[in-house]
Amino acid sequence: MSAPPLRAHGSSSTDEAGGRSAPPSASSGGGAQQKAPRPWGEWLLAVALLAPNLILLIIFTYRPLLDNIRLSFYNWNISSPRARFIGLDNYREWFTARDTGIIVWNTVVFTVATVIGSLVLGLLLAFLLDQKLRGRNFVRSLVFAPYVISGAAIGVAFQFVFDPNFGLIRDLLLRIGQTVPDFYQNPTWAMVMVTTTYIWKNIGYTFVIYLAALQARRVELDEAAEIDRASALTKFWRVTLPQLRPTTFFLSVTVLLNSVQVFDIINVMTRGGPVGNGTTTMVFQVYQETFVNSRAGYGATVATIMFLVLLAITLFQVRVMDRKDM
Amino acid sequence: MQTDTSLEKSLGSKIAGYAAIVAVVLIIGAPLYWILITSLKDRPDIYVQPATWWPNPFRPQNYAAVNSEVPFMLYVRNSVLITVILTVVEVTLGIFSAYALAFLRFPGRNLLFLVILASLMVPNQITVISNYALVAGLGWRNTFQGIIIPLAGVAFGAFLMRNHFLSLPFEIIEAARMDGARPMKMLFRVVLPMSWPTVVAFTLITIVAEWNQYLWPFLMADTEATAPLPVGLTLLQNNEGLTNWGPVMAGTVLTMLPILVIFLFLQRQMIKGLTSGAVKG
Repeated sequence: MSAPPLRAHGSSSTDEAGGRSAPPSASSGGGAQQKAPRPWGEWLLAVALLAPNLILLIIFTYRPLLDNIRLSFYNWNISSPRARFIGLDNYREWFTARDTGIIVWNTVVFTVATVIGSLVLGLLLAFLLDQKLRGRNFVRSLVFAPYVISGAAIGVAFQFVFDPNFGLIRDLLLRIGQTVPDFYQNPTWAMVMVTTTYIWKNIGYTFVIYLAALQARRVELDEAAEIDRASALTKFWRVTLPQLRPTTFFLSVTVLLNSVQVFDIINVMTRGGPVGNGTTTMVFQVYQETFVNSRAGYGATVATIMFLVLLAITLFQVRVMDRKDM
Repeated sequence: MQTDTSLEKSLGSKIAGYAAIVAVVLIIGAPLYWILITSLKDRPDIYVQPATWWPNPFRPQNYAAVNSEVPFMLYVRNSVLITVILTVVEVTLGIFSAYALAFLRFPGRNLLFLVILASLMVPNQITVISNYALVAGLGWRNTFQGIIIPLAGVAFGAFLMRNHFLSLPFEIIEAARMDGARPMKMLFRVVLPMSWPTVVAFTLITIVAEWNQYLWPFLMADTEATAPLPVGLTLLQNNEGLTNWGPVMAGTVLTMLPILVIFLFLQRQMIKGLTSGAVKG
């Protein structure tokens, strides 16, 4: 908690992208610059220490990344040894298929809703709990706990929480005289269900990072605002929120990248349904086309498109975070 | 939670704070409580209107049923095995990689660091198709090596440890070097003893990530021989879901519990690791 996540992230991208070997802070890490007494010995040791990890990353991360792009130009059933080259046909299909619009829309809705939901609720809780209160530590643990629980387990549990016939939500709605929507059969409500579930799992992360940022910011500005007799709400908008801008930016990109990739909750709760593509996101489509419909080439195409979008977002993040004001 | 206008004064802020605490207890706590009591309810007690908020009668039998409906203890064993092996391997590889990148001089060091770091930008979804074909081609579906080896490379942990190593006091490292300590001896005698908090955080985030690992084991394992808990839970849900929530909720509780217990005791270190700028573990 002591090291703000932003610092670590930002500094690493700065010095590596710039190709400099200088350590992040001037007073540390000078050991790397020391002349080696036994250059060959050190070189061999470095190879021995790095090789296993690098080989694993190359075989199981970089090789499949390139292979996936290659496969996106093929018509291929994943269990057959033969693949047929079809050029850009998969891409042409993706851009014209009727499913594409729905699935991209679902991905955007799920992602935007979880980003906004997680950030707003996380910030609100951090702001309200950033003061001396009884039970503060207990509540802090409680908010964070869902973040460490398996998404699959949360998905199964929340399928029951949202059960339209016997679930917790139904019980609560009935007690206040409301009827329960059909979370299982209605695509819109199914989307509400998976989105809410993921936000529930995710608030702990945004909460803890906002809380750390709030505690690390400069208090003089607050005091200045207090002398100005600014109202609490004005102070929040004019002072606190701008101070948290780098954190908000970092969190929105991080949560976005994570939520675009959610598979477990959707697979467990809805299998992409109801009614065809009710909650099918691009990640789920990759799985479904590849492993259920045996169209691995097309699955690879969707994965490639997704990867390019995520890569663009990540590079944008790195660029923005390198700016002085972030 | 709509109390932000009442932040005007310190009293208002206190009231809002306590309102937030109540809201958290309800929103985060209630579903967890609901899952727990359902796992302890008799079957008719689950399917009753209106719902009851206390198990009557109290029935721990769902926990026994879990193991008779599906071989749940095997999933537990598989999860423990996969998590332990992956954690040991990843923490070792991460520390070794970080040590080489932080303290050894060799050509291409920055490039190799970039190769490790950039792999964080590659999402799992784009690697599973090709990895599946590769691993299935080796005949490794439904084997532990098929699940474990493709997951064993470590990027974020190496990055975390390297940043920590570079922040260690230069004078101590230098003094050890002057004394002629060999590099490996320096790692174990000088560097690691100053690094336990970060190693613990790294270990904990690895345990959480691997215990909760879903997509890859889900594709690799479709029998109880190798399937870990989250996958086994899906199989239990397929058998019993909707019609027999009791055992399914008991299975869910058993899947959540080990991580929550670790979290209870080591939350400070766990939060430190999980919030240190990770996109994925």
